[in-house]
Parts: sequence; C-alpha cells; structure tokens
Amino acid sequence: MKERYLAAIDQGTASSRCLVFDRSGRIVAVAQKEHRQLFPRPGWVEHDPLEIWANVEEVVRRCLAQARLEPSDLVAIGIANQRETTLVWERESGRPVYNAINWQDTRTDQFVRALAADVGQEAFRERSGLPAANYFSGPKIRWLLDAVPGLRRRAQRGEVLFGTIDSWLIWRLTGAHLTDVTNASRTLLMNLRTLDWDEELLEVLGVPRAMLPEIRPSAEVYGEARGQLAGIPVSAALGDQQAALFGQTCFDSGEAKCTYGTGSFLLMNTGAQPVLSSAGLLTTPCCQIAGQPPSFALEGSIAVTGALVQWFRDNLNLISSAPEIETLARTVEDNGGCYFVPAFSGLFAPHWRSDARGVIAGLTSYITKGHLARAVLEATAWQTREVLDAMVSDAGISLGELRVDGGMTANNLLMQFLADVLDVVVVRPIVAETVSLGAAYAAGLAIGFWPDTDALRSNWHIAARWRPAMEPERRERGYRKWRKAVARAIDWVDEDDREEDGR
Amino acid sequence: MPRQIQSIERAAAILRLLSGRTQRLGVVELAGELDLPKGTVHGLLRTLQHVGFVEQDPVSGKYQLGAALLHMGSSYLDGNELRKRALNWADSLAARTQEAVRIGTLHDARVLIVHHVFRPDDSFQVLDVGALLPAHATALGKALLAHHPYVASELAKQGFESFTAATITDLEQLERELRRVRERGWATELGELTPDQVSCAAPIFDRLGGCVGAIAIFGSPERLLTARQPRRELLAYVREAAGAISRELGAIPW
Repeated sequence: MKERYLAAIDQGTASSRCLVFDRSGRIVAVAQKEHRQLFPRPGWVEHDPLEIWANVEEVVRRCLAQARLEPSDLVAIGIANQRETTLVWERESGRPVYNAINWQDTRTDQFVRALAADVGQEAFRERSGLPAANYFSGPKIRWLLDAVPGLRRRAQRGEVLFGTIDSWLIWRLTGAHLTDVTNASRTLLMNLRTLDWDEELLEVLGVPRAMLPEIRPSAEVYGEARGQLAGIPVSAALGDQQAALFGQTCFDSGEAKCTYGTGSFLLMNTGAQPVLSSAGLLTTPCCQIAGQPPSFALEGSIAVTGALVQWFRDNLNLISSAPEIETLARTVEDNGGCYFVPAFSGLFAPHWRSDARGVIAGLTSYITKGHLARAVLEATAWQTREVLDAMVSDAGISLGELRVDGGMTANNLLMQFLADVLDVVVVRPIVAETVSLGAAYAAGLAIGFWPDTDALRSNWHIAARWRPAMEPERRERGYRKWRKAVARAIDWVDEDDREEDGR
Repeated sequence: MPRQIQSIERAAAILRLLSGRTQRLGVVELAGELDLPKGTVHGLLRTLQHVGFVEQDPVSGKYQLGAALLHMGSSYLDGNELRKRALNWADSLAARTQEAVRIGTLHDARVLIVHHVFRPDDSFQVLDVGALLPAHATALGKALLAHHPYVASELAKQGFESFTAATITDLEQLERELRRVRERGWATELGELTPDQVSCAAPIFDRLGGCVGAIAIFGSPERLLTARQPRRELLAYVREAAGAISRELGAIPW
C-alpha cells in the first residue's frame, strides 16, 4: 500500500513553515521562511499579509520538493496559525486594506481601557472567557474600522472580510470565508457557550456581523485547495497554542503543556466545561472535532520570551544567532543580581497590565553581557512560574510534570532553570514540533486517516527530561527579586504616551 | 616585552600573503614580499606543507593555503547552534531507529555531547548534555577524528586510556580505523567504552566542507548488531540524519 502523508502549515509570528508528517507522526520534511516584523511606531507591530501568503506558498513548494513528494501523496492539509493577528481584505479583489495587525500590537490600549471602564472586565470574561485587552482581534478590527476611511460602510455591506490568519489562508487556498472555534474565541466577539458570534459583544465593540467569517469546528473538511495543492482537502485549522496542546496529546482534563516560542503559552485542558479564571488566565476552547462536543482549556499567555532573545540579537547585536544566547549565558554562573522584565507589549498573564513596559532591574557595574543573557533566559522561566501558580490556583490541580515544546526547548540551560524555578519535572517529547503535529493530527482525524485520539497518544514519547535541582531558599529569593522587578515595570505608560502612540 | 618566535611570525606572514591573494604565489614572489632570502622562505614553506597549512600546485610549483587550514577555521560551530539546527533530525533519527541519539563536537581532543535524545521507550534515562567522552573509544569520536588530521597523533602523546578489552590503545590501529571511517562515511564503537554498548556515528559537515560535529545512535549489541556487524538500515538512518543536518548547514549534498 502506498505511503500517505499529511502537510501542516504553521503560520507563526516570526515565520511560516510547512511540515510533512507520516502516519507515525514523524517529520519527513520541513521548510521555513521568516517574514518581516514591521514596527511603524513604538508599540505597533504589523505583518504584510501578501508577504505571508507568498511565503506560505514557497515553503509548501520547498517542503514537498525536499520530501520528494507530489501533492497527490498528501491526504490532507492542516493549518496552525499565530492567533489574534487581524486582517481585513476586499472580497472582490483579495487585496488587504491594511497590514495585518499583530497580536503584540498595543495601539488599541486607550480604547480597551475605556471598554473595561465602561462595561467591566467581568462582563467580557463571562461571555467570551477573555478580559478586554489589546491582545485580541475585536479591538483591532474596531481600530481599522475607525482609522481607514469608508471601511465601516464597506464592512456593513460585506464588501470587506475580517479574518485571523487561518481565515486568510483558507480563503486563499479554498475560497471559503471561515474560521475555527479556537481562532474565533480570540476575537473577544465569540460567546464561549454558544460558540457563535455574540450580538452584545459585536454591539459593544462596534463590529458589523457581515464582515465576520463562519465559525466551524477545528477538525472538519473545509474545502479543497486550489493552486499547487489542488484537490487536497483542507481539513483543520487551529490557533497555534491549541494545536500544540493537541500535538502534545493533552486530550484529557488536567494535562498541560507550555510552548516556548516568540511568546510562551501554558495551556491546561480542563475538560468539557469552561473554567473561568479568577487569577488572570484566559478560558479558551481546545480543538473541536466535527460531530463532537468541544473541550476547554485555561491559558496563561506570556507575550515576550523568545522574542526577547531575538531582540537581544537584532537590536543589541550582542549575539549573532539565537542559540548563542545559551553560550553567552554560560560564560557566567548566575544573573549577577539583574532581572529583565520584558514587558514590551505590557504584561499579559497573570497581571494584564497594558501600562507596563520593559525593565532591567538590579544593575551594578559588575553586570556583563553574560549576566544580561542569563537574565534574558531567566525571564522566560519566571514568567512561566507566575502563570503556573495562577493555573494551579484556578484549576485546583497541581502539576506533576510539564510537557514543553517549541524552539526554545533546544536551550538546555533554560530548560533546567525552568525545572528549578517551577519545582516540577519538565519533559520534552520527540517531535518538539507540536504545533504543526497538532494541525496534522486534527486534519488526519477529520478525514479518518487516524481512527481516534488513542492512536495519536501512542506516538508520544519522551525525548528529554529535566529535574528540579535548585535549593528552595535560592528559588524563593529569586522569585522575590523577580516580583520586585515586575513591580517596577508596571505603571509606566502615561496618558501623553498613549496620545502619541494611539493615533 | 617578551620576544616573539621569529619562525612563527614569518610563517604567519606567509599564510596571510597566501590568503590575501586569489592567485598562487611562488617562492620568489613570497621572498620578495617578505624581504627574506629564498632559502629561508623555502624552508618555511616545506614545514607548512608538511603540516598541511600550505599546498603546492604540481604544475606551476606555486603555493596556496592548504585544506587543513581552511577546515580548521571553518569547522567551528557553536554547539548550541548545532543543536538547534539538528534538533528535528536528531528527534527523527531517535524515532526511526528507536534508539538514543547523541550529537557531539570535538572539544580539546575529546567529544563534547551537545545534544541527547532519549531512547523513545519512555524508560528512565538521564540527560547527559555537557558530558565529555574519549574520542578514541567512541563512534562519535572516531567520526570526528577521521576529519580532523593530526588530532589523533596529538592524542597519542597523552596515551590512549583503555576502558574495556576492546578499546583501541595503539595509534597505528586507530589511524587504520580512521582511514576506514573516512572511506565508509561512518564509524562504529563495539563495546569499546562500556562492554554492553554499541554506537554508530556519521560526521556532520558545514558549508565549507569542514566537519563540525557527528551524530550517533547508542544501544545494546542485541538491537544494533546482526552477525556482529551494525545493521545496515540503522547505519543508513544515521547517515541520512547526518546528511540532512549537513544540508541544513549548507553543505552540498552528494
């Protein structure tokens, strides 16, 4: 019998990738291409949607060539994407009306604060599982409708379409305008219980329904692709973090993973009922398989982790490649007393302070670039600690082990420090590419390539394990200093900063 | 101020001259540039040729930088960078062979483990990234030594420690083995470090053809050997992984 494969498109914050997987969930080929990060003003982050689409087409082509496969060898395509990033394009011409506004963008700060003051965060959480924050698509759509002349009228008439990146890719691949529940849930416009657009949220945010995509399950045949993948079913779309949860086979309540990429995202499956958070976490759907009820998760989103290493490389030029951060950090024994709080887009979970900005605290003349490199890595671990504490408090479950994935898991120094400050065993699976794997799994389940999720569990194997090895006093002291540094990052942005940034 | 060693300074000057030109240079030209007697320059070139830093073109008789020197400069790759680039392939190799995988680089004539993937049977294993292994007694080490001339003979001066009855402790035997490794493109370790461990390794090359590391699987003789030789499909997987990582680093596939 001829071997068949699945293709996953992982359209991330920093780059677009295509991966081809076989039936055992092994990677056959990978192709990747970075796209430009555009920073038109401080706090503004954009991507060019046409560049992203061109890159996706290119990496698909290169990946198939590398695997020496024809499109006909593929049984299905799954999509995983950076969430919340917002774009609007013309239905007729396919032309974007503006760049894609990235999830890290903070231009909607003032609007969001006004929303929270008027309506109250509780109301948003109750309906959508999310607080009103810059992060989510809804406020960004509103900004576009206000900022681009004539756009609101065209949106009301359905002449322009909104989408997160999954919608953009599915539209370009199949011509259908739709999204999945996990992506829709990041707009601040979707009702968590009905899994449909919420009339009241649409009203409060001032977004016309006509521009919105249809909300579908995460694993379902959406249509057939056109172009180079002509005829191949597109049968899954998942926000990247939910894809990773799926790829890590966290199918049951209490199973959790943290993905370490540009940002880091700790997600714990909480089962069939949504658990609302009182400790600053988000409630969000997991992958919904067509014909089955959805499951939900608690999510702690950390905006800046790997992005800090990239900043260190690209803005400070203290390293010439991202992995060198570990080499530099290992030139010293510890952080020398300095702590780096990378609140570049404000603080996300669990604080949700959009008025925070980055801070390096504890500097003395002793500090070298090695110590700074350490502080850069440690920031990821301490932010995880804060989020894990909140999750344990909300879910009432303590974690036995943390499954990790994503690019930064290649960094052994970081992984050991993470185990140390969490005081939890950290494990990495073979195939750290859980985002793409999750999309491939979902796509495969949708067309019956695998019978059920049990078949997928048997593919999960441990590749590495880090055990906590730090003395409790040292951990407590470090956490205390971290929290002091966080306190110094908060309450930074003033009214007149916002006036300059926001318009 | 301490006095410098004159012949090294002069050798360095020759190397700089050769690296700065696109054409080969002859003794006369070099002697003219350095303002040294031809005989002196000729003597320096002979020794530089002996250690592989300079090569003489048989047709013109002129000199150029030698391969060993080029490889020395370019064969360093930060271990963390190597791990990052190789990670997916290392995981894939572990999944396909169902054995533990390690990637090593040459560090002070020993093998530094820069990456370790557990055997995917969910058994208890300890991560040993950062460990230093003997180069003469491991497949990783042999794969690395085979592509770093002179390191084996440097090692021999310290003597080769014997770990098991099978450990190679003789330089000539090692060099024969390294020649075989170069010819075949892979290296093995059959109970030479610990009695019940077998390993198969292949070298990883970078864009300039320098050997920047090696990747190996590790397991028991029962699983890795058939008729006391490494199973061919396992060797093929190891070589494919090494080839894929090399391509990732820009090496031209062959």
